Amino acid sequence: MSAVVTWCGSPESAALESGQSRPVEKHQEKELAIALRNGEPGAFDRFVDHFRSKVFGYSWLMCGQREDAEDVAQEALLKAFENFDQLQDPEHVRSWIFRIAKNACLMKRRKSVFAPERELSLEEFLPASESAGGIRRLEIADWSHLPDGRLLNLELRQELQEAIAGLPELYRAVLLLRDVEDLSTEETAQILDVSTDVVKTRLHRARLAIRRKLDTYLRGAQAVRP
Amino acid sequence: MSHDPEHCKEIFALLSEYLSLELPPEACQEIDEHLSGCPPCVEFVESLRKTVDLCRGYQPSAMPAPLSAKARGDLEAAWKRMLEGRAT
Repeated sequence: MSAVVTWCGSPESAALESGQSRPVEKHQEKELAIALRNGEPGAFDRFVDHFRSKVFGYSWLMCGQREDAEDVAQEALLKAFENFDQLQDPEHVRSWIFRIAKNACLMKRRKSVFAPERELSLEEFLPASESAGGIRRLEIADWSHLPDGRLLNLELRQELQEAIAGLPELYRAVLLLRDVEDLSTEETAQILDVSTDVVKTRLHRARLAIRRKLDTYLRGAQAVRP
Repeated sequence: MSHDPEHCKEIFALLSEYLSLELPPEACQEIDEHLSGCPPCVEFVESLRKTVDLCRGYQPSAMPAPLSAKARGDLEAAWKRMLEGRAT
């Protein structure tokens, strides 16, 4: 899908270019929610900019369509404002917004355009190995020189994005909430209406699937390196 | 330490919880002990740790289109209703 592989620069640079305010960090969200509730100047724009981008990013990878993701972001923010008194603890504003967003995504009732729904088994991710001279070696790429996420080259970023998009929906939702949005196992379980054990199981298999996809890419890249 | 492939599989099933610090101390200790004698498992754990780091640093390559005047107006109206509701 073209929307998935279109690179538009980092969200920070896009935000600065479009004149938006500086990104809000997770630890600032509680203060922002309180400021919004108190009607403080600037709070509305910061809240909308911040959570609209976050919900859009999640919904885009869950719904698969840009227009659906923009609709979900708008609907989630409207519902949030209409029900703001239900947010009992501003500390948890992120998980509260994502619960609304998850339900708005479900309302779209579209099948995922990315990956057919299926269960991932643990065994399929066990790495192959070979023994030579009594020493066992895994047949995996050299990961030791990989830079961190913000310094990745465009090709590897796209590989990562496609790996996430390619996860079956149940696993993709958990990975996006736990790792990308940095929500806890308990918060993710509440958002998705599943047990914490289910979150842990799905997260592990999602990470293993991403690892294998990136490993295949890295092995290919390392094989052609002079 | 002798290498036991079955133990590697048991460890393999717990690695995300290990990396997320969600295992009980005894289980963590068992994995640490296994890793101290199993270089292939260490290599695999490091690749999984890097994967988690990459996912945590991931940011979508698309941004939403600028908010239309109508959409912004609808949101602002909802926010103002929320403030009015709190004032009454």
